[in-house]
Amino acid sequence: MKPQPVFRNRFLPYLLILPQLAITGIFFFWPAGVALYQSLLRTDPFGLRSKFVGMANFVRLFSDPYYLHSVKLSFWFSFLVTFLAMGLALLFAVMASKPIRGARIYRTLFVWPYAVAPATAAVLWVFLFQPEIGLLGRGLKLIGVHWNYYLNATQALALVILVSVWKQISYNFIFFLAGLQSIPQSLIEAAAVDGASSRRIFWRIVFPLLSPTTFFLLIMNLNYAFFETFGVIDALTKGGPGKATETLSYKVYVDGMLNLNIGSSAAQSVILLVVVILLTAFQFKYVERKVHYA
Amino acid sequence: MLKLRTIWGQLSAHLILFLGAAIMLFPVYIAFVGASWDSATIGRGLMPLTPGPYLFTNFLRAWSVGSGAKVVSVPVRIMLVNSLIVAVCVAVGKIIAAALTAYAVVYFRFPLQNLFFWSILITLMLPLEVRIFPSYKVASDLRLLNSYLGLTLPLMVSATGTLVLRGAFRSIPRELLDAAQVDGAGPLRCFWQIVLPIARPNLAALFVILFIYGWNQYLWPLLITTDPKMQTIVIGIVRMLGISEALVDWELVMATAVLAMTIPVFVVVLMQRWLIKGLTETEK
Repeated sequence: MKPQPVFRNRFLPYLLILPQLAITGIFFFWPAGVALYQSLLRTDPFGLRSKFVGMANFVRLFSDPYYLHSVKLSFWFSFLVTFLAMGLALLFAVMASKPIRGARIYRTLFVWPYAVAPATAAVLWVFLFQPEIGLLGRGLKLIGVHWNYYLNATQALALVILVSVWKQISYNFIFFLAGLQSIPQSLIEAAAVDGASSRRIFWRIVFPLLSPTTFFLLIMNLNYAFFETFGVIDALTKGGPGKATETLSYKVYVDGMLNLNIGSSAAQSVILLVVVILLTAFQFKYVERKVHYA
Repeated sequence: MLKLRTIWGQLSAHLILFLGAAIMLFPVYIAFVGASWDSATIGRGLMPLTPGPYLFTNFLRAWSVGSGAKVVSVPVRIMLVNSLIVAVCVAVGKIIAAALTAYAVVYFRFPLQNLFFWSILITLMLPLEVRIFPSYKVASDLRLLNSYLGLTLPLMVSATGTLVLRGAFRSIPRELLDAAQVDGAGPLRCFWQIVLPIARPNLAALFVILFIYGWNQYLWPLLITTDPKMQTIVIGIVRMLGISEALVDWELVMATAVLAMTIPVFVVVLMQRWLIKGLTETEK
């Protein structure tokens, strides 16, 4: 049932939505449409001539070992970042939700990094892990690790993951804490009276009741790992060494903006669009249903 | 027995939280220490774990000069002002755009209403990466490169903001607006004097989230600013790292990093309650 409108005016509502709609059209739909169209073209680097090539850009991408590497990398990277950032945040949130002294101070101590830009976080950690001058970088060398993330692919990836996780913990912490606080205390007390161990209480009662939050965060973290870690990668490794940390969203930037390979970049954009649509569809499908497997 | 278990539980909670908090804070502490030593000490890898004597000198130099002898850069105060302008404009712009849309959708009926509403929500699915080159092209065709307008205007769409405010406006009793109308208040006056003030908690929560969002923008400013004077601080600080890290003025980079965090961290800590409320109530 739709309520009657409060106001009757033929033009005003259009005027009200115009600003947002215009920006949406000009800066979102139009460029997305162009990307879709360009993904079917091959353009020379000067943008002078282009010809229709159908799906050739996509075919070429999926036979390009670099692109396939980037796909694999992105999935591993997203999985690890999501898993670690959520796991650690959950641990801290569970501890911080206990009735202990100084709980509020702890809370602030975990929330503030929300304010730090991914790229700024990366700069902080570069200073620690720089092989020559970094405190931890030198420390690692001291204990015999050949630490040099400029040259070592695994180390570079590990550092990018570390920074991305560090930055994301606060976001997850906020949601897990809110989720934990909304669980009725009586449930937990009842289980404790029945003699259930705290570990059992957590896995059998708390964790299942937390599942809507967990699922929501899962989507948000995958999204974060796919798109918002751009700044971390740009500040730390620029996708290197070689292409060791070139995730899909970094590659789309390198190929489109630096190498001016427009057709390929547009095709990559379209593939990323599919990823986002899948993530969003999952989110709508399951978050609406409020996952509870208890 | 039970008592012992609680004490043990509390102790382990403190231990884990303390360790976690320390890991969160450690890089910032070291950034402070780095900002308080001189280039030579840091460059030789001799920086101790305690603050040195140059904190003030380094901050002053970063603030007013920005670069050392080695890297060309602009004074950090210019970057800070840029970031502040961008963050405030993006946050306010997004909120205004979202509030107007939400108002139209809740209180009016008009043809194609749902289509328009959904097309705004769909922007959630169009992060910059999926339209990167054409977006740059549009901005450059509209002569928005290296301008505040270019840094802010294309970001002034907020699907989440629209959703949140739609919810907030819907929960306002309609009698209130009917009464105001009887008293002769028009739609704009009702918006300004009744609806917005009632939604103030939501607006505050949105402001914190969107201010941080604006401050932390990276890819878009990276694309459309080439003039160092238009750099935001997050971009500027990464540029200061330069190509060859042997030439980095670490003490200035760290001073800049601290400056880059101060304002947003301050906002988040001060408005923590709004932030948490905003995030957990809006994003679901």
